[in-house]
Amino acid sequence: MTGNAETMLAPPDEAGIAAAVSAAHAAREPIAVEGNGSKRGLLRPVQAARTLSTRGLTGITLYRPAELVLSARAGTPIPEIEAALAEKGQHLIAEPPDTRALFGSDRPATLGGIVAANLSGPRRIAWGAMRDHVLGIRFVNGAGEVLRSGGRVLKNVTGLDLCKLLAGSYGTLGVMTEVTLKVLPAPQTQATIGVRVADVAAGVRALAAGLGSPYGVSGAALVPAGASPGGPAETVAFLRIADFAPSVAYRTARLAEDLAPHGEVRIAEEAESRALWAAIRDALPLGPSAEEAVWRVSVRPSAGPGVVEAARAIGGRAFLDWGGGLAWVAGPARAEAHDAIAAAAAASGGTCTLFRAPESLRLAVAVLPEEAPPLAAIARRVKAALDPAGILNPGRMRAGF
Amino acid sequence: MIALPAPKPEILARREEIVAALRALVPGDGVISDATRLKPYETDGLAAYRQVPLAVVLPRTTEQVAAVLRYCHGNGVRVVPRGAGTSLSGGALPMADAVVVGLMRMNRIIDIDLDDRFAVVEAGVTNIGITNAVSGDGFFYAPDPSSQLACMIGGNVMMNSGGAHCLKYGVTANNLLGVKFVTIEGEVIDIGGAHLDAAGYDWLGLITGSEGQLGMVTEVTVRILRGPEGARAMLAAFKGTEIAGAAVDAIIASGIIPVALEFMDKPCIHACEAFAHAGYPLDAEAMLIIEVEGSTEEQDELLARIKAICERFDPISLKVAESAEQSLAIWKGRKGAFGAVGRISPDYLCMDGTIPTSELPFVLKRIGEMSTQYGLAVANVFHAGDGNLHPLIMFDANDPDSFRRAESFGADILRLCVEVGGCLTGEHGVGVEKRDLMNVQFTARELDQQRAIKTAFDPQWLLNPSKVFPLEGDPVPQAAE
Ligand SMILES: Cc1cc2nc3c(=O)[nH]c(=O)nc-3n(C[C@H](O)[C@H](O)[C@H](O)COP(=O)(O)OP(=O)(O)OC[C@H]3O[C@@H](n4cnc5c(N)ncnc54)[C@H](O)[C@@H]3O)c2cc1C
Ligand SMILES: Cc1cc2nc3c(=O)[nH]c(=O)nc-3n(C[C@H](O)[C@H](O)[C@H](O)COP(=O)(O)OP(=O)(O)OC[C@H]3O[C@@H](n4cnc5c(N)ncnc54)[C@H](O)[C@@H]3O)c2cc1C
Repeated sequence: MTGNAETMLAPPDEAGIAAAVSAAHAAREPIAVEGNGSKRGLLRPVQAARTLSTRGLTGITLYRPAELVLSARAGTPIPEIEAALAEKGQHLIAEPPDTRALFGSDRPATLGGIVAANLSGPRRIAWGAMRDHVLGIRFVNGAGEVLRSGGRVLKNVTGLDLCKLLAGSYGTLGVMTEVTLKVLPAPQTQATIGVRVADVAAGVRALAAGLGSPYGVSGAALVPAGASPGGPAETVAFLRIADFAPSVAYRTARLAEDLAPHGEVRIAEEAESRALWAAIRDALPLGPSAEEAVWRVSVRPSAGPGVVEAARAIGGRAFLDWGGGLAWVAGPARAEAHDAIAAAAAASGGTCTLFRAPESLRLAVAVLPEEAPPLAAIARRVKAALDPAGILNPGRMRAGF
Repeated sequence: MIALPAPKPEILARREEIVAALRALVPGDGVISDATRLKPYETDGLAAYRQVPLAVVLPRTTEQVAAVLRYCHGNGVRVVPRGAGTSLSGGALPMADAVVVGLMRMNRIIDIDLDDRFAVVEAGVTNIGITNAVSGDGFFYAPDPSSQLACMIGGNVMMNSGGAHCLKYGVTANNLLGVKFVTIEGEVIDIGGAHLDAAGYDWLGLITGSEGQLGMVTEVTVRILRGPEGARAMLAAFKGTEIAGAAVDAIIASGIIPVALEFMDKPCIHACEAFAHAGYPLDAEAMLIIEVEGSTEEQDELLARIKAICERFDPISLKVAESAEQSLAIWKGRKGAFGAVGRISPDYLCMDGTIPTSELPFVLKRIGEMSTQYGLAVANVFHAGDGNLHPLIMFDANDPDSFRRAESFGADILRLCVEVGGCLTGEHGVGVEKRDLMNVQFTARELDQQRAIKTAFDPQWLLNPSKVFPLEGDPVPQAAE
C-alpha cells in the first residue's frame, strides 16, 4: 500500500521518471504513483513495493498572462501556482479544493495530483472542471515513453485528446510530468446572497432560480440545517456573484430581489463571501470525525435533495454544491452506508466516489461505480494500450485493474 | 492531393449483397445505392475531394445504427459516419468501399430540463436547433460555429467545434454532459448523463473531437445556459497588425474577458466591406470586433473601459455600437466573411491553425511573404482571444496548378503554426486534409500511442478510414495499391 511502500523514488526530472517507469515495466513490477502523497486514503490502496513520486519535478515553466496560459512541472505545489497567478490578477479556473484540513495532511496537493484526480471546486458550475482547462500534458506512459498531448494554445483539436483521458485517471494510465492550463483573470470582487429556505428541496429551487437568471452566478451551494456538527440550525442557499465591482453591486441587488420569494435574503460582502466559498470548496461544513467516511456524489441538481435524504438515513449528513449537483456526504464508514449512498447516486443516473475511508472499507466496496460490461472491456484495452504491463497504480480505481 | 488507399476489391465485389443486408436492417427508404442519389454524399465542406461511397444508410434509431455497425464489423466493411457534411477538413469524405452512415434523420429533441439546465437531443439535430428549442425561455446552447444553421450536434461532438463566443463559453467539449455511444461492435453505451463529473475515466473527453475514429454518437446531452441580459459589440481599427495585437493583450491584461474578440486583416476587411457594407474602415491594417455582455449599464461600463484601452494604441477608428441594431451591423461583415471571400474568389481553402497570440505579428508577416511567393491571395480572420487563425487562401479550381499551390501554401502555414508553438487545427479537425501533417506536430511514438487507443475501440480499423492518422502507420494493413 502507498503509505507503507518499501521504496520511495522521487527523481528530480522527467528523464528520471521515465527511467523508473521503464525499469518497472521491464521487471513487470507494479509502482504506486503519487505527487505529494497527500492522498494516502484516496480510492483503493495500491499493492506495490515501490512508490514513484513527481514531487521532485517542480517549478512553473511558462506563464503568459496575456495568453491566459501557464505550464508547470507536475510536482509543483498548487499554492505556488496560485500565488504566481494572483500576482498577475489571475486564478485557476476550476477552483480546486485544498483538502489538507479535511484529510489532516500537511503537504499541499501538486498540480499533477489535482489534475489526475480531476478535482474541481464551486466555480465548476459556471466555468468548468479541472479537465476542461488542461491544454496540454507531457507524460510517461506505462512503457516508460515520454509523450505529449495537446499543447500550449487555447484551441486545439489535433488528434485524440489524451489530456482529458489522463485527467481523472488517478495515475493509472501515465505519469504526468508537466501540465499546461488555461487560466483567467480573477474577478475584481465578489458578494454572496444567502437565502434562508424552508428545506433542502426549496433550497435547490432557489439555486435553480439563480442559475437560471442572467446574472452569471459563479457559485451555488446549499448547507442544510445540521450539515455541520455544531453548525447553524438553518438551511441556507448561497449564490455567489464575482465580477467588476459595479457589476457585482448591480447583479447582487437584482438577484436578491428575484430570490426574495424563496426566503429571507442576506448579502455577504467580499471578505465574508471569500471565506464562505473557501470553506465550501474545501468541504469544511462536513467537519467529519476521524472515523467517518466521506463521499463525493455527482448527480443532476434536482436529485441533490435525494442524496441528502440518503445521507440522513445512514445517520450521516451532507451539503450541496454545484446548484445541488454535487453532494459532499459524511457518515459511518460501513459497507451498508456506502451501498446506500451509491444507490442514491445511481437512482438518478449520477455517480459516487468514496472519497475518504479507512482502508478496510476501501478494499471491501467498489469505490467508484462499475462500468457497463462493454465499456469495461474498452477500459481494459485502453489501459493495456497505455500501460501494457499493468504496472501503474494497479487496483487504485477498481479491484484487479 | 492527399492520397487515398485503393478500395478493397473483395468489398466492392460484394456490393449488392451488402446493400441487401443493410436494407434488411434499415427498412423503407433508409438505404441509398443508386448513383444519382449517392452523388450528394460524395463530398463535404472540403469540396476539392470527392468520392462516391459504396452505399449510404440513414438510420432513424440508435438500434438501427447499432445493427448497421454490428453488420459492418462482422463483414469487414468500412464505415464513414456523417452529420451534415460541413466538415472543412474532409472528415466526412466517403471511401469507395465504405458505407456512409448519416444521422440526419435522427433529429428529435428528446428532453429539455430548464431546472437542471440540460437538453437531450439526437445527433442529427442542428446546432442552432438546440438554441431554438430553448431560446423562448431565455436559454441557449453556447458553442456557435459559423455553420450552425446546418451542422449537427453529432458532428460538433466529433469535431469538438468552437465558435465566435468560445473565449468565454468554451468549445463543445466544455458544454457536454453525456452521449449515447455506439461501438463498431454494435454495443450501445451511455456515457455521462445529466450530472457534471464522471467517476472513472473521462470517456466523454476522449470521444469529443475523435472525428468518428472511435465509434458513433446517436444522442447528446448538452448543458444549456441562461443568456445574459444583453450583448453589444464595438469595432476598433488600427494602423498595424502588431498594434492591434498589443491592444488585444492590453484588453485581456485588464481583466476583461470579452465574449468575443475577432481580428480581421486588411484583405479581409476589404472583402467583407464590399459584401456587407458594414462601414469598416478601408485604410486600416487590422480591425477588432469586441463584444461584451450584461445589462445596458454594464455594457456601457465595459465598452468604455475597452475604448479607453484601445485609445492608447492610436486607433484609426473606434465605433461603439449604441444599439442592438448597430451591433448587428458591426457583426454583419464578420459573419459573412467566408461568403465575402467567396465573392472575390469562388474557390478558397479555409485554414485553421492555432498560434500563441504573441506570435501573431510574425505569423501574419510570414503568411504575407508566402502569399507573394505562391502567387495566391489570402485574407485572415482570426479568433484573437484564443489564437485560432483562419487564413482563407484563394485559388481557381479550374486550374489544377493553382489548387496544388494553394494546398502547399496551406501546409506551409500549418507548419509555421506548429513551429511557433501552436497546432495544426484549432476547431476544424485533422480529417483527410491535415492527416499527412500529423508528423509535424507529433512524434512517431505519440502517433502510435493514439493509434493504440483507436485500436482499443476499433480493432479492425473500420471507422472513418484514411483520416487523422498518416497511412503508413496503420496497424491494420490497407489493401494493396
Ligand atoms: C477520491 C479522492 C480521495 C481523496 N482522499 C484523500 C485522502 O484520503 N487524503 C488526502 O490527503 N487527500 C485526499 N484526496 C485529495 C487529493 O488527493 C488531493 O487534494 C490531491 O489530488 C492530491 O494531490 P497530490 O499532489 O498529493 O497527489 P497525490 O495525492 O499524490 O495523487 C493523487 C492521484 O493522482 C495520481 N498522480 C499524482 N501525480 C501524478 C502525475 N504527475 N501523473 C499521473 N498521476 C498522478 C496519483 O497516482 C493518485 O492516484 C482525495 C481526492 C480524491 C479525488
Ligand atoms: C461555412 C462554414 C463555417 C464553419 N464554421 C465553423 C466554426 O465557426 N467553427 C467550427 O468549429 N467549425 C466550423 N465549420 C466546420 C464544420 O461545420 C464543423 O466541423 C461541424 O461540427 C461539422 O458538423 P457536421 O454535422 O457537418 O459533421 P460532418 O461534416 O458530417 O462530420 C464531421 C466529422 O464527424 C464525424 N461524424 C459526424 N457525425 C457523427 C456521429 N454522429 N458519430 C460519429 N461521427 C460523426 C464524421 O465522420 C466527420 O469525421 C464550418 C464549416 C463551414 C462549411
